[in-house]
Amino acid sequence: MNNQEKLIEIKDLKKHFHLKRHTTLQAVDGVTLDIYRGETLGVVGESGCGKSTLGRTLIRLYEPTAGEVVYNGKDVANRLTKKEERQFQKDVQMIFQDPYSSLNARMTVSEIISEGIRIHEPSLSRKEVEARVHQLLDSVGLHKRFSNRYPHEFSGGQRQRIGIARALAVNPEFIIADEPIAALDVSIQAQIVNLLKELQEEKGLTYLFIAHDLSMVKHISDRVAVMYLGGVVELSTSDDLYHDPLHPYTQALLSAIPVADPKIERSRERIILEGTVPSPIDPPSGCRFRTRCPHAMDICAQVAPQWKEQKPNHFVACHLYNEDVEVDE
Amino acid sequence: MSEHRDHISEDMFTPDPIVGKEETQVSDTPQLSFWKDAWIRLRRNKGAVISIVLLLFITIMAFVGPMMNEYTYKDQQIAHSHLPPKVVGLEWIGFDGTDKNGVDVYKEKGIEDVYWFGTDQFGRDIWTRVWEGTKISLYIAFLAAALDLIIGVVYGGISAFYGGRVDNVMQRIIEVLVGIPNLILIVLFILILEPGILSITLALVITGWVNMARVVRGELLQLKGQEFVLASRTLGSSDFKLITKHLLPNALGSIIVTLMFTIPTAIFFEAFLSFIGLGLQPPLASLGVLIEDGYRTMQLLPYKMIYPAIVISVIMICFNVLADGLRDALDPKMRK
Amino acid sequence: MDEILQVKDLDVSFKTYNGETNVLRGVNFSVQKGGTLAIVGESGSGKSVSAKTIMQLLPKQNSIVNNGEVLFEGENLLTYNEREMRKVRGSDISMVFQDPMTSLNPTMSIGKQIMEGLLEHQNLSKKQAYDTAVGLIDLVGISNPESRMKEYPHQFSGGMRQRIVVAMAIACKPRILIADEPTTALDVTIQAQILDLMKDLQNQLDTSIIIITHDLGVVANMAQRVAVMYAGRVVEIGTVDELFYESKHPYTWGLLSSMPKLHEDEREPLVPIVGSPPDLEQPIQGCPFAPRCPYAMKVCHSHMPEDFSVSDTHASACWLLDERAPEVKAPVGTEVNANE
Repeated sequence: MNNQEKLIEIKDLKKHFHLKRHTTLQAVDGVTLDIYRGETLGVVGESGCGKSTLGRTLIRLYEPTAGEVVYNGKDVANRLTKKEERQFQKDVQMIFQDPYSSLNARMTVSEIISEGIRIHEPSLSRKEVEARVHQLLDSVGLHKRFSNRYPHEFSGGQRQRIGIARALAVNPEFIIADEPIAALDVSIQAQIVNLLKELQEEKGLTYLFIAHDLSMVKHISDRVAVMYLGGVVELSTSDDLYHDPLHPYTQALLSAIPVADPKIERSRERIILEGTVPSPIDPPSGCRFRTRCPHAMDICAQVAPQWKEQKPNHFVACHLYNEDVEVDE
Repeated sequence: MSEHRDHISEDMFTPDPIVGKEETQVSDTPQLSFWKDAWIRLRRNKGAVISIVLLLFITIMAFVGPMMNEYTYKDQQIAHSHLPPKVVGLEWIGFDGTDKNGVDVYKEKGIEDVYWFGTDQFGRDIWTRVWEGTKISLYIAFLAAALDLIIGVVYGGISAFYGGRVDNVMQRIIEVLVGIPNLILIVLFILILEPGILSITLALVITGWVNMARVVRGELLQLKGQEFVLASRTLGSSDFKLITKHLLPNALGSIIVTLMFTIPTAIFFEAFLSFIGLGLQPPLASLGVLIEDGYRTMQLLPYKMIYPAIVISVIMICFNVLADGLRDALDPKMRK
Repeated sequence: MDEILQVKDLDVSFKTYNGETNVLRGVNFSVQKGGTLAIVGESGSGKSVSAKTIMQLLPKQNSIVNNGEVLFEGENLLTYNEREMRKVRGSDISMVFQDPMTSLNPTMSIGKQIMEGLLEHQNLSKKQAYDTAVGLIDLVGISNPESRMKEYPHQFSGGMRQRIVVAMAIACKPRILIADEPTTALDVTIQAQILDLMKDLQNQLDTSIIIITHDLGVVANMAQRVAVMYAGRVVEIGTVDELFYESKHPYTWGLLSSMPKLHEDEREPLVPIVGSPPDLEQPIQGCPFAPRCPYAMKVCHSHMPEDFSVSDTHASACWLLDERAPEVKAPVGTEVNANE
């Protein structure tokens, strides 16, 4: 994985929301990671961990508070020229969670899908645009006669396909999928996940797959990042994360997920976390997880743990793995 | 339980999967856009349909009515004052020219001209005056609607779209405007200008659009955060396109309904002003003026008040019923 | 085989704008005393409607019970009037809903809400109800119970709110607790806490539980018996082991194949079920799953399958179980996990 080309380098990205005077919500607080071309990077975490905010900040729906996002050699976190912005919009697209509110009920399927085409390629004739729409519908498994229908006539799964077609219309290289299957029935989730994988192979796409369902994320992703309260606590390949979770939170998360196998469930040892997630307005000092961590030590309250590559391609931020307990910086 | 299935023959148990065949999941009924769907639902609402018909009828009459006879709204003929309504051919339902005591006033005064709704104290034809008054009420309706759309929608739209400090300032301004009672403004205008259409218009311009602005702002604020708007932004839509293609069309339902409710309020506002003497002045006759005229002699000469009262009541009820019907028809949750 | 609740041939319709929708088409299941039955299904399967029918919580104006019985300790609840049902609800049978935000009254302190049920159903003095409520808050694992009695729902997190809802539900020691997607809206670590809590309470109070969910993991964790619903019918019912390892219905196979297995490493592609659930507003000919079933036979398209008995505890509504049907090897479930 290290000799692959890096598509995005995220460097200490922060997104804080100022609520009232002296109250900031630290939704994303110092995320550093690289995304390689052609991979699927999964991001998991529970509510309040900042994964959605991370996705939206990367795609520039939110302006970052601090940090850099280097995409194709250029920092896109800050000001861009009009031309650069246009290019970025073509390169990076997003698939949203709620199939019922992610499509404009007043527009036909064709209008929805072609919006991007008409913005970025205004010189195309109507016929050409329509032909592209039909191609896109076909690539997401929908019949082209659906193009002049309205969203309310479709099921949740079909609407998600339309959303995917919309994102593909501008030929992006990188797609951020923000909980794309959470609102779908279980049997439909598999359809959409398979579609995403097919499209990735066909078009060489890179995915950032944000979800809270670790089973699905592990299935579709090459690597997985685990987030907690605004920071990434562990990052490794999916198999490695499951077989050798290093961070106590990851261990607890894996242990909490019920598995569709009664014999395994009966014999499992569960790690039950105490308490609830602290508020991102007032996160704990030092390591954010320490208030619920079964292995918390004194140092955890004083110093935030360093992000280290503990094993090849396996990063973790936890004092349990820091031999040197020196307090520097 | 086996008796049930014995009659099924053996060959029925041959495989016959139809999975993967042409997907007919989307219904074959013609695709209905939101508006067509809403129109169909509106048509089913009898009250709304009747209201539309009545309103159309009244609007036509407002223009055609005065032309149907030779009288104007201001010609005075004292000799013909206070004649009860008389319609040739409709004497049997009461249009017979007799007053409260059953006396045929026309015969008594030796008048041959026929006045369908009777005359007032100056001998002016009430029929013509009622329809002229309706014309004025409709003008007020149109004016209020136009202001709502031009000022209200734009104001609310800008406030919501840009949000933040812009929104704050604009909302505070509205709060000030709302705090000013309409009546005080009217009185001020009357002092500066004369009572009449102009002062009413100005009063409406200053405060009549505020409700619409708030409704539009509320709708747009909620729509702004919806995923389809975010999707459009990530695709690179310009602000203008976002507003015109995504935000406004989805807010249009609320806008139309609010409009339909604003109109009767404005009509009533004008009628009320005219009734208390702060509105139009004679010989101009709005429905309010006519009612004011007639209410003084309500007992003796009921016809002076009844006809304008009926017309204005019908207008207001119809707009309200229509607005209710529109609100139900445009409610996306009731779609199927 | 002590059954505390039996649902027989339940048939329910809703009146909609366009006509009638037959949402339950002959539902059969039973709950053992002290056991847990999971009802699994996707949207439109009728699982929530079944629960609400048991509790007679369906809106009276547009729901019709066409047929069926709900036998609670022998008595048919569907014949009870509102007054009689009110005595049952909250004391004999309780319900926990999905969304803890809307299950609690935001303007009433949680202490009051817990006491409400106690005062209604049991002849307790206010002081006794208060003490019991404090005990319940402690029982569901909320610290400092006494001081929290006066607090309002918005002062608690989602997981804690759900605990309070559970406390309210078990306040009168119900014989049956119906939980309709109780953890779907919660984070997975909180879900683990709530499920454990429910199991604990079940042991202490000997309550039977009906848990409605779409998550097969939750089913494997909680249930002894499972009913799988599709398009308003129970298509398969059995013990949890029978369902996961010896399932006999193509829909169940479809569900099991379309889920990613966290504990398996091979990246087998998921096998989704093609198509979508049927439109319940239309009458359905034959087996409702037939249009999506790769094993469908001619008979499946014209005749509704009966419930075929696989064992004393296991039944499946599928024509494949008829003697005349060809042998079919199940794609899942027969791979029993090696770990014991």
